Amino acid sequence: MTRPTLDRREFLALASLGGGAVFASGLYGCATPAAAGAEDFFFVQLSDSHWGFEGPPNPDARGTLPKAVAAVNALSVPPDFIVFTGDLTHTTDDPRERRERMAQFRDIVSGLKVQERHFLPGEHDASLDHGKAFQEFFGPTHYTFDHKGLHFIVLDNVSDPAARLGDEQLQWLRGHLATLPRDTRLVVLTHRPLFDLAPQWDWATRDGEQAVALLMPFADVTVFYGHIHQEHHHMTGHIAHHAARSLIFPLPAPLSAPRRLPLPWNPEHPYEGLGFRGIQARAATPALALTELPVVRG
Amino acid sequence: MRPPLAPAAGRRQFCARLAGLAGLAAAGALAGDALAQAPVRVIRISARRFVFTPGTVRLKLGEPVQLELTTEDVPMGFSVPDFKVRQDIVPGTTQTLRLQPDKAGEFVFLCDVFCGSGHETMNGSLVVEA
Repeated sequence: MTRPTLDRREFLALASLGGGAVFASGLYGCATPAAAGAEDFFFVQLSDSHWGFEGPPNPDARGTLPKAVAAVNALSVPPDFIVFTGDLTHTTDDPRERRERMAQFRDIVSGLKVQERHFLPGEHDASLDHGKAFQEFFGPTHYTFDHKGLHFIVLDNVSDPAARLGDEQLQWLRGHLATLPRDTRLVVLTHRPLFDLAPQWDWATRDGEQAVALLMPFADVTVFYGHIHQEHHHMTGHIAHHAARSLIFPLPAPLSAPRRLPLPWNPEHPYEGLGFRGIQARAATPALALTELPVVRG
Repeated sequence: MRPPLAPAAGRRQFCARLAGLAGLAAAGALAGDALAQAPVRVIRISARRFVFTPGTVRLKLGEPVQLELTTEDVPMGFSVPDFKVRQDIVPGTTQTLRLQPDKAGEFVFLCDVFCGSGHETMNGSLVVEA
């Protein structure tokens, strides 16, 4: 089925929802022709809602996620699907409370009009029980799926509390990539950055370099992640990494402060620094266009 | 003039010389080990959710030290990214980590094994004085 094509002008117009900054990536310099059958589409990335968090950094902690759901539902063109890149819930030592938070999160996002949703865990969801509760609610923590010419690979670098993908998952990734043509357009979804963004703030994956090395032979790879609660863009060689804003509180720029404490809530500009991202995959070019969107109109 | 050695005696002497050389080598190794294990300052650091005690550790530039790491409650990690050293800490055990700082300044050490809500601020300061 072919859905109405969203041209670039229309897509950028989505930013008018709240004047969100537009980042149009031309990151590849690669002329790989689009795969046969590929067509334009866009999807939404939501991240780090930390459902269950309470505190001054977000006095509307229980309201922000529902607002984000409403904002996504208000998009003039619905996304093909939605990905949620981890820390759905805020951690708790109580296994029953953890499941309660996951149930509440699932109920809220069930209000999204888009039926296709993909989830992956963050360390707050999975590190204290090695992903057990997450899997009960949302299924496997690493998997793949395809959509209109793009091949998506979901990696789990949080179920190990030491922030490792681990030998078993790396072996799985190696074996899976071996089955793919090198011109496959890859999108990798993960929670923590796969590169050493700021190990001093635990913003890294201990064996992420091995995953990046496995991905490097592919000409067209983009990684979307969460964890750092802010928009951030980085290149390792030709591989682009994009961090998403959070839905609970923003954090400082990497190593810009003595501690990675939440940025204080600004009553003059509520929800400042929070938001979600629309990503357009264009069939005619391998570049993906990103649009950062606020939770509420400014 | 020394009488020629009988073949068996020659083998014994050869073996004795080898043993002597081996002994020397062993002595050298022991000396090396002794040097390697020369007393170094021991610094004990205890972890518990979500603090390290002490929170600030002062070292001299080039001073070899042995960190003795324990955790009072849950599994933790101790990492000093600027020196590329780290160690898992398991409850009920004492883990050692040798460190010889080759640069002066103030560096972060942190828990790099997620240990709960508060993990994000579980860090300390390693001050290396020139």
